[in-house]
Amino acid sequence: MALDDTNIKVLEEKARAIRYDLIEAVIRAGSGHIAGPLGMADIFTALYFHTLKHDPMQPSWPERDRVVLSNGHICPVLYAAMAHAGYFPKEELHRLREFGAMLQGHPHRDFLPALETSSGPLGSGLSQGVGMALGLRMDDMPNQVYVLASDGEQQCGSTWEAVMLAGKEKLANLTLVIDRNNIQIDGMTEEIMPLEPLPDKYRAFGWHVLEINGHDFREIINAFETARAIFEKPVCIIAHTIPGRGVSFMEFKYPWHSKSFSKDEATEALRQLRTMGGKIDHE
Amino acid sequence: MLVPHQKLNPKLFDADLERVPVRNGFGDGLVLAADADPRVVGLCADLTESTKMLAFREKYPKRFVEIGVAEQNLATVASGLAAVGKIPFITSYATFSPGRNWEQIRTTIAYNNRPVKIVGSHAGVSVGPDGGTHQALEDIAIMRALPRMVVVVPADAHEARKATLALPALDSPAYLRLTREKTPVITTKESPFVIGKANLLRSPKNPQVALIACGPLVHNALLAAEVLAKEGIEVSVLNNHTIKPMDEESVVRVAKEAGRVVTIEEHQVAGGMGSAVAEVLAQNHPVPIEFIGVHDQFGQSGKPEELLEHYGMGVQAIVAAAKKVLLR
Repeated sequence: MALDDTNIKVLEEKARAIRYDLIEAVIRAGSGHIAGPLGMADIFTALYFHTLKHDPMQPSWPERDRVVLSNGHICPVLYAAMAHAGYFPKEELHRLREFGAMLQGHPHRDFLPALETSSGPLGSGLSQGVGMALGLRMDDMPNQVYVLASDGEQQCGSTWEAVMLAGKEKLANLTLVIDRNNIQIDGMTEEIMPLEPLPDKYRAFGWHVLEINGHDFREIINAFETARAIFEKPVCIIAHTIPGRGVSFMEFKYPWHSKSFSKDEATEALRQLRTMGGKIDHE
Repeated sequence: MLVPHQKLNPKLFDADLERVPVRNGFGDGLVLAADADPRVVGLCADLTESTKMLAFREKYPKRFVEIGVAEQNLATVASGLAAVGKIPFITSYATFSPGRNWEQIRTTIAYNNRPVKIVGSHAGVSVGPDGGTHQALEDIAIMRALPRMVVVVPADAHEARKATLALPALDSPAYLRLTREKTPVITTKESPFVIGKANLLRSPKNPQVALIACGPLVHNALLAAEVLAKEGIEVSVLNNHTIKPMDEESVVRVAKEAGRVVTIEEHQVAGGMGSAVAEVLAQNHPVPIEFIGVHDQFGQSGKPEELLEHYGMGVQAIVAAAKKVLLR
């Protein structure tokens, strides 16, 4: 799809709808992470509505690209994107975190078989993506593997075991997106356990690194296209995002990593998303 | 006394009984499994020779992935390979895999329901001189606690080969426990071996005690049975090689026949094969049980035989346990 202003507008509107639906789902559930999902909404929108080769009607289509969400706690954005893409009815979003629901508190394949992996415990997504990329390459399959990870889980030793192997194996069919929002549960990443210089670290392990604004659709999509075009290395896209993006009082605030809404906050968040932060004057 | 259709090694009680490491059977079996099924791949964490993955690596270099000293990655990369249709076998020492990487096995293999085959070598104190850090004594407990996980403990190299060949057909994750030392070849090529089906090796007319064993200690159980028979105490011997799913029918049957049980394993008594047998019997047919195994201790350096004696897993300890359970 050529990327003109009309397409960008369509993606922006889709991202707004995904943000609205995911916030509504978390409010209804009464718990669940919110800042991370809002911060990654644009990237998930670009993936599911522009970049991915996939077929929601055939989730196990062998030629699909693979999406591995490593930081499973931001699943509300994955669920909302999948619902909008048509993997399951949007009504399922209303049962988020309920007993027996398709949409478990952290992603679980037993309940939602369209998921590539169950996830939640940090630091395990990249290595599963590495395994998928290795297996697909053994079979000469052209599929791309996309792993979405948080910046906090760059503190896991297991992440670096996978980074090292991907570099050694020159896994060109692997693209990692790190949500560089600088927050984790206990505070700011650079205070809890500094990650910088993160791009240099990935380069030193044999990766090609791109840094983008994670809310600019042109930058996001160009980065995915560049990643697909690079044939000799795995690619790490460090996406600078604003946690809580789209809700003014949540943006940049680390307590929103896993805090839940009061009734007033919920009303205000939904109002802001209905009006796109004041850009639309009617509700 | 020995059950004929088990076709046990005729030299079972001879001094020149052949001895082969259980892990060698895995190495042979992996090549055969790979010959038979192109989905089989192998991953190792810098222990390719000693876990006996070498022959597979040499025959199928493109289906082998060297992970380096990174056991967490070993498990999770295998999960990813399984996600795209491969049947990965992963090997290391059991203290490191499934020891170090248990959470990765839980989440990315068992919870994800991926048919990864986890092969833990160097289990038990019989590892010998390397000492306690390298002697896995908790692996059966941590693996049988995982939903979906099949747990197999071969008694000799033949069983290890047969188990390895059978594992790809199982759609579930599985743990195969191997040992390092040369140990008696108890069975033969022709002996029956089915995962989930225990083998009754010795079946006297009126058994007074049932010895339920797994791993190379099955040989000690058979030797103890001979000693006891000479003293007029008849015992049956069950090779309980599949800890999960356990062959409850056979376990209950031998317990009913004998009325008393001794379990024998080279593992912590807490949570091991004996515990699993006790769970089955407590619910179906409670009988007195004595547990041969390691009692809440770590291993240490020494010769395999002296360590087995020291920790109470030698023939005399089994004889004593059988006599003790008879008094209860």
